[in-house]
Amino acid sequence: MELLLVLILGLLYAAGVYLILRRSMVKLLLGIMLLGNGANILIFVLGKITKGSPPVIDGAYKVFQDIYADPIPQALILTAIVISFGLTSFAIVLLKRVYALVDSDDLDDLNTPEEEDI
Amino acid sequence: MLFTVLTGLITSSLLVPFGKFIKTKWSILLPFIPVILFLFYLWHVPVVANGTNIVQHLAWVPSLGINFDFRLDGLSLLFALLITGIGTGIFFYGRSYLKGHVYFDRFFAYLLLFMSAMLGVVLSNNILTLFIFWELTSISSFFLIGFNNDSKASRNSALMALSITGMGGFFLLAGLILTGNIAGTFVISELFAHHDQLIAHPLYPLIVGLICIGAFTKSAQFPFHFWLPGAMKAPTPVSAYLHSATMVKAGVYLLARFTPILGNTELWGITLMIVGGFTMIFAAVHSLFRTDLKGILAYSTVSALGILTFLLGVGTKDAIVAVSVFILVHALYKATLFMVTGIIDHETHTRDITKLKGLRKVMMPVFIASLLAALSSAGVPATFGFIGKDLIYEATLNFKENWAIWLTALAVLTNIGLVTAGFRAGIKPFAGKLPEEFRHVRLPYKSMWIPPMILAVLGILFGLFPGVVGAYFNHQTANAIAGGETDMHLQLWHGFNIVLTLSVATLAAGIALYFANNPTEEKLLALERFNVISSQHIFRRIGNGIEKVASWYTNTIHNGYLRSYHLKIILFAELLLGYKLWLGGPVRIDYANLTPLSWYEFGIAAILLGAMYLIVSTKSRLTAVVSTSVIGYCICLMFVFYSAPDLAMTQFTIDTLTTVLFVLVLYKLPPFINFTSRGVPIRDAIVALGFGVIISLIALRVLYEPNSTAISDFYGENAYLLAKGKNVVNVILVDFRGMDTMFETVVLSIAALGVYSLLKLRLKSSEKE
Repeated sequence: MELLLVLILGLLYAAGVYLILRRSMVKLLLGIMLLGNGANILIFVLGKITKGSPPVIDGAYKVFQDIYADPIPQALILTAIVISFGLTSFAIVLLKRVYALVDSDDLDDLNTPEEEDI
Repeated sequence: MLFTVLTGLITSSLLVPFGKFIKTKWSILLPFIPVILFLFYLWHVPVVANGTNIVQHLAWVPSLGINFDFRLDGLSLLFALLITGIGTGIFFYGRSYLKGHVYFDRFFAYLLLFMSAMLGVVLSNNILTLFIFWELTSISSFFLIGFNNDSKASRNSALMALSITGMGGFFLLAGLILTGNIAGTFVISELFAHHDQLIAHPLYPLIVGLICIGAFTKSAQFPFHFWLPGAMKAPTPVSAYLHSATMVKAGVYLLARFTPILGNTELWGITLMIVGGFTMIFAAVHSLFRTDLKGILAYSTVSALGILTFLLGVGTKDAIVAVSVFILVHALYKATLFMVTGIIDHETHTRDITKLKGLRKVMMPVFIASLLAALSSAGVPATFGFIGKDLIYEATLNFKENWAIWLTALAVLTNIGLVTAGFRAGIKPFAGKLPEEFRHVRLPYKSMWIPPMILAVLGILFGLFPGVVGAYFNHQTANAIAGGETDMHLQLWHGFNIVLTLSVATLAAGIALYFANNPTEEKLLALERFNVISSQHIFRRIGNGIEKVASWYTNTIHNGYLRSYHLKIILFAELLLGYKLWLGGPVRIDYANLTPLSWYEFGIAAILLGAMYLIVSTKSRLTAVVSTSVIGYCICLMFVFYSAPDLAMTQFTIDTLTTVLFVLVLYKLPPFINFTSRGVPIRDAIVALGFGVIISLIALRVLYEPNSTAISDFYGENAYLLAKGKNVVNVILVDFRGMDTMFETVVLSIAALGVYSLLKLRLKSSEKE
């Protein structure tokens, strides 16, 4: 399974990079989201992945009785997901605002307004 | 001595708040600063003439070896007297010259700054403080050359002078640091003891090269000479003070100062002789073709600086005596001639010697000063210049090698040129019949013609009593340069010998040349055709080249397109990471440790890949957004399979929220447009895939390495015992790392505020397009 995950994260990175190289602002944003997902899986796969044993202690015990999934990558990823949501939501609203001002999805149009003012 | 350096600096900064005040009649206070300093140094003359060196030490940055060490020996004293003495004249003169100028206060602030810096250069006993003052003189010179800042030519000349002398400063600094590191001290008086160690060091040629470049740029030696004629755009008092009498001699001072430290070798002697010798003859010839008074004086100054460098290169005791005398000779007559030029320019508004005639009728005292200076510059017997020239010939004739005769010939030719230049600048404007247009010209203020008069008279007086002058001023100077006792025997009359013959011949040839050759515009233009191969032209081309490269570089790297920045950053990261991966050898996979793959996982991966393909290829924004959310849900499922229920829940919630927000906000955007041509996506795809491959390889390599679980084990064991929670991930987030989570909340709140305000913000009508 690790190999499959590695393949997926590699492709997520590739797709993300490809999208941030485009001119469209929306694609840029989608690219950033994909890169974020890729990074999450990278962290996930680098901690030891384990099937069917979440890092939750059984009700009757005080310590783990069995093997359990590494909790640290999970804590890291959880933080990353939440923060990237903050970033994405702000970026989405910012995009809307830019679109209202410039009336375009083209990043290159952002270079010109100042010059036109002069 | 520190106070003499600080006085100027402090007064200079005081002129910022009190500038208005000093523009009134209170400006009379200004010249008294150099007067006091001059008297201070004059008072030291008898002490230093006995061979005593006055040393002052003040710790500044002791840890770096940078201290205010001042030392007054013969060489420093001669320069200090020139700086303050000629400074006194220039301050009186400049006060009248610039009367009523808008930037009157500014001018004197720069001039005071320069005077302090120059005193600092010649008094410093520490080579690093010497360097700091050295740079300060370049900077004040920059401001003074560009003083008429509404003229483009002035600004360009100022920039040129600063870049040449500033560049030289860099070389000088490198040379000084090398010297200090090899000798283990930055104190000049201690460096004398390291002479043998320094010249034996393998880096010695490099040090000589670096220090010489510093000195040559400052003292306008070929091929760096061209900034000095350009610097004549400065007001004439500045030309007289900085660009003939003092600042340009800083390079000569440096070479003289380092002669006992680095000199007495073939390399040192030959370098100075070649550069100085070429400069002196080159500039002397050039001065013959100038029609602008200041141009003539500028080139004859370059030539005189060449003579000084050349003599330091000859390096015999005779030559060093000649240097010590010629510095004084030149300062006296050249400052006079410059001030006279300034008067002519000020009263007639032209400096063209083809137009100026007969001015002696309207300004007799000026003519007398000018005549005396010209005679001294020509080396007519009974002037100080005569003694200076004798010493030069004596030095070249007594040179130890058998090509002494050629050196003498070179010196004679140069001096012929200087005689002519001196007469042309000092006598020609006053000779002949006064043309109608100059009848209205009046004698200027006394404060303008008295300073040059004093200097010119001194040039004669010193020539009449050379023994006294030699004993008090030049003897210790020569000793300081030679690093030992020299034979100072200044006499007015040596008897009939070969030196006298040469002197007379020089004078005769110079006068003949003065009458034979009249510089005209045509000759000047003919000469300027050779400018293509001049160093000035080459320098300018290098400057333009750098500008072109810089703008090409900026346009290529910093072109304003976000995607192009991304591309470069990613390519660079690929190169760096790829190189590191390649160094690590082949990637290995430990198949035994892998978890088995089941069919539903494979199914999810297939959906994920399909969604990814859709995002990249689709033309519809909605499809892309929905596909992104599909990817998010697939990842969510992976988390479910591999024991991460918290992640799965978070991912699910957030993915849903993002999609909703996206669709709500962006539904009215236009569809994607296909901007780029066919080739660009292929290039980007290759770069992107390369990046993906590199990240995957890194992941594989990390997977092969053994995993340390110490921290995870700690959290696992103590989650309930210490924190009373059974879900370890939650415990980590809200307890063990609770502070981090709190700040994360802060970040989210800020983002939420941003989102809220952006959504609420109404566009002003003017902003709507």
